[in-house]
Formats: sequence, C-alpha cells, structure tokens
Amino acid sequence: MHCDYCGEQDATVHLAQLLNGEMKNLHLCKDCAGKSGINVDEPVSLSDLLLKAGQAPGAEEAGKKDIRCPQCHMRMSDFRKTSRLGCPACYDAFAAELAGLLLGLHKSHYHAGKAPSGTRLSHAIHEQAEAVSGRLKTAIAAEQFEEAARLRDELKQLQGELREDVCHEGS
Amino acid sequence: MKARERRLGLPPWLREEDPEGIVMSARIRLARNAAEAAFPGWAGNEEGERLGRRMLSVLESLPPLAGGTVLRMEDVGPLERQILHERHLISHELTGKGAGSAVLVAPDETVSVMVNEEDHLRIQGLVSGKDLPALWTAVDALDTRIEEQIPYAASPRLGYLTACPSNVGTGLRASLMLHLPGLRLAGDVEKVVKGLGKLGLAVRGLLGEGTEAFGSMYQVSNQRTLGESEPVIIAHLLQIADEVIGHERRARQRLAETRPGLLKDRVMRAVALLTHARIMSAEEALDLLSGIRLGLALGWVKRLEWPELDELFLLVQPAHLQKQAGRSMGPEERDEFRADLLRTRMAGVEWV
Repeated sequence: MHCDYCGEQDATVHLAQLLNGEMKNLHLCKDCAGKSGINVDEPVSLSDLLLKAGQAPGAEEAGKKDIRCPQCHMRMSDFRKTSRLGCPACYDAFAAELAGLLLGLHKSHYHAGKAPSGTRLSHAIHEQAEAVSGRLKTAIAAEQFEEAARLRDELKQLQGELREDVCHEGS
Repeated sequence: MKARERRLGLPPWLREEDPEGIVMSARIRLARNAAEAAFPGWAGNEEGERLGRRMLSVLESLPPLAGGTVLRMEDVGPLERQILHERHLISHELTGKGAGSAVLVAPDETVSVMVNEEDHLRIQGLVSGKDLPALWTAVDALDTRIEEQIPYAASPRLGYLTACPSNVGTGLRASLMLHLPGLRLAGDVEKVVKGLGKLGLAVRGLLGEGTEAFGSMYQVSNQRTLGESEPVIIAHLLQIADEVIGHERRARQRLAETRPGLLKDRVMRAVALLTHARIMSAEEALDLLSGIRLGLALGWVKRLEWPELDELFLLVQPAHLQKQAGRSMGPEERDEFRADLLRTRMAGVEWV
C-alpha cells in the first residue's frame, strides 16, 4: 500500500479514527508520518491529518494566490503545513478559506457560549434580531403600526451590526 | 516548590471511589490566547518568552493558583516532565517546550494552567467522579479572573480564538475517563465507539492508542466548540456518558449470566500474574490491573482499596517507575522492577 501523502513509499503507519460517525483511515510512510509530527507514543488527531491530506497543494490550489496574514505574515500555505494559525488576525485574513473547515468541524459558524469580556457576540445579536422580528410580525398583524415602525428600525440596526461582523471577519 | 521536591502523592482525580469502578475522572480544559499576540507555535522565541513571563507573573498571584506549584519548563528535567505528563498535569506538547513555557498547579491540584503550550494558556480542571458541571464552575471562575488581567483574543462571531481551528469558540474540551472492561470483554467497544462518533463525541484510549485502549480505559470528549454553549456541551456529554455507563453495567450483567467462567477467568488470571510474574511490560500491567478493577467491582478481589489500586495505574508507567527506583532504567530493567513492585503491592490481596 502506498502512502496517502506522497503516494510513493510504502505506508507503514496506519491510523484510524471516528470522525463524525465515519471510520476514517489514513496510511502513511515513515517519512511523511515523521514530517507530520506523528509521535507513535501519543494519540493522534486524525482530523488534523485529514485536514492536511485534503489541503495538499493540488491542481486547484496551484493557480491561487497564497494569502498572507497582514499581522503575523503567516501564509495560507504555512497553515496547511501545520494546521495551526499564526495569530488571532489569521481568522480574519483566512476567513474565506476557514469557513468550510469550521463548518465541517463544528457544524456551525457561530460561537454560542461564554461571551469574552467586552465582546458582544454575534450569536446574541442574531437571537435578539430573531426575537424582534417575531415581535414585528405580531405588531403588523395587530395593526400596531407605530410599534411596528419602531421594531423595524431596531431590527435594521441589529442586522447592520451582524453585517459588520461578517465584513470584519471576511476582510 | 521546586520540581524535584514534589512528592508523588495521590492526585485528586484518583482519590474517590466509584463502587462500580466505571467512572474514573472528569476533565475540562479551556484554550485561551492573549489578544494581539502571535500564537506560541508561530511567535519568535524571544517574543514568546517575554509574553510567557508576563502571563506567569500575573497568574502566580491569582487565586486559586496562588500558593500552589509553579514549574518553569526550563527548570524541569526530562524525567520530571514525563512524570507530570503521566499525571495529566501537562500535555505531551508541553513536555517538549523550554523557556517561557510553564505549568501552575493550584494547591489542591484540581485546577492548573499551562503557559505557552499550543495556545498561550490552557486552563485545566481534573477531578475524580463525573461532576463536570461543578468542575466547569471552578474553571469558568478562574478563566474570568485571568481575563480581567490578561485580555483575550476573541471575535464577536467566533468567540475565543485559538491556534487550532478545532478549538475556536468555547475553547472547551470536556471529557470523562471511563473504565469499560465489560464492553471490552463482550467485544462491544467498537459498536459503542461508532455510536458515540455519530453523536459528535470522540472516544480514544486514555492510555495507549486509538480504540485499542490499554487497561480498558477510555476517554469520551466533545468535538464541537462552536454553536453550543459550555453547559449544553457538558450536559450532552454527561447524558451520553450515562448511556455508556448503562451499556457497561448491562455488559457485565450479561457476562455474569451467560459467560461467568470468562468473567472469573479475566479476574483470576490478573490476580495470578500480578502476584507471581517476574517480568511485566507496562501494557500487560495496565491490562491486568483493569482485570483487578473489575474483580474489585464484582466483589471477587478483597483487601485492596480503590485509591491503592488506581495509584498503581500511575506507578507502573515508565517515568513514575524510574522515580521510585531513583535511577534511570532501560525497558528490560523497568519490566523487572515493575513486576517486583506489583508483587509487593498485591501481596496482601485476597480473592474469592
């Protein structure tokens, strides 16, 4: 059996892990396993490895520009090698590339837990917007137009805040 | 206190007994990073060290860490590092770190903080039993206290930002360590592991690798860190763990009814080998100690206390063994020393 990374040498390191209910297997040669930082004495996260296998520089990637984080100067290609980001700003710099990965790992785009100090969570704004939208529908149905107008403005503002988050993440 | 002065007492996560011997311990860890600084793996050595020292000076005086142990990795020798790793106080990643990295352990060893691991801070709580909600309260409180002094990297949409995208959001990994010898003996572990994977949980051997867990010890943990709050993640994990515990109970009952000989053989073989063998690998020792644990739960092994037994799971591991011997030993010498230690410790054990 050939190595899943280099496709050249014989695979001697075999890894299996359950990922989202499916048994995933990865077969590596000794060199590629070593390069991937696999220590056979230590449990390995196959998600890390699959991440790398999926991101091996292929034909699709060849023409793309290697994005660089303006803060720490890590390149997307560096991230592919280590599966670790360079600094908090990398989440902004690589937002488009990370979106699919985050959804795959977590089945969500939003943090819904403890709010970091001084941070108003998008998730909380989103929930508030949903509640206001519900009240707006009720107000319209009850023909309380003054209240509806007020709620509409409130909703607009909340949606604006949410858009700002997304733009910020995507910039 | 210096690393070498640390006594090898019983860690708090081995101090309470579960009469069924299924639940061992509960663990919570939070990944956190200082705002506007490169993550440890990408920061330059000097930059990383400087930030590490600054964070350490803040953490040292913060309750409940104040008055506890501070170990700077540059002062900790290779054997001591391995001991800390075997005691789950530091990760494998930290065993390879130098200046700027450290671990702070609260006086009661329940909470600890690793500095400059994969993330700037890894806040950890470890207790025996499965009271994850109480542990979350303790870890959450420490986290809030730290955040007042060290502003964290965070975003409105993604929450706490971490070096690895698999931790972003809550930065929370909650886990339970379970002893599942019944399911292992019945050949049902694979089935349970698959089921848990479908529910978004990860299962791995606590000692050893993959699903072939040494000593039938398994760690069940959450995978997702976005889209769910910490209490929801913990409640979900506990609910599923309770089902696994139910499966283990039923597997033992079923074996007792249908294959009593198999169950008894597992326990008695463990007693026989542990009290007579002269050479014992760590792998075999853990496997046999699991048999003794099963025997104790079933009432077949007597004159042995749970903490005494669980301590052996630690003491038979390579670094702990060399610490007790007071010298560095190669694998062959360790196997003999391990067998001697086990014979001595098991000498008073009785069985029915």
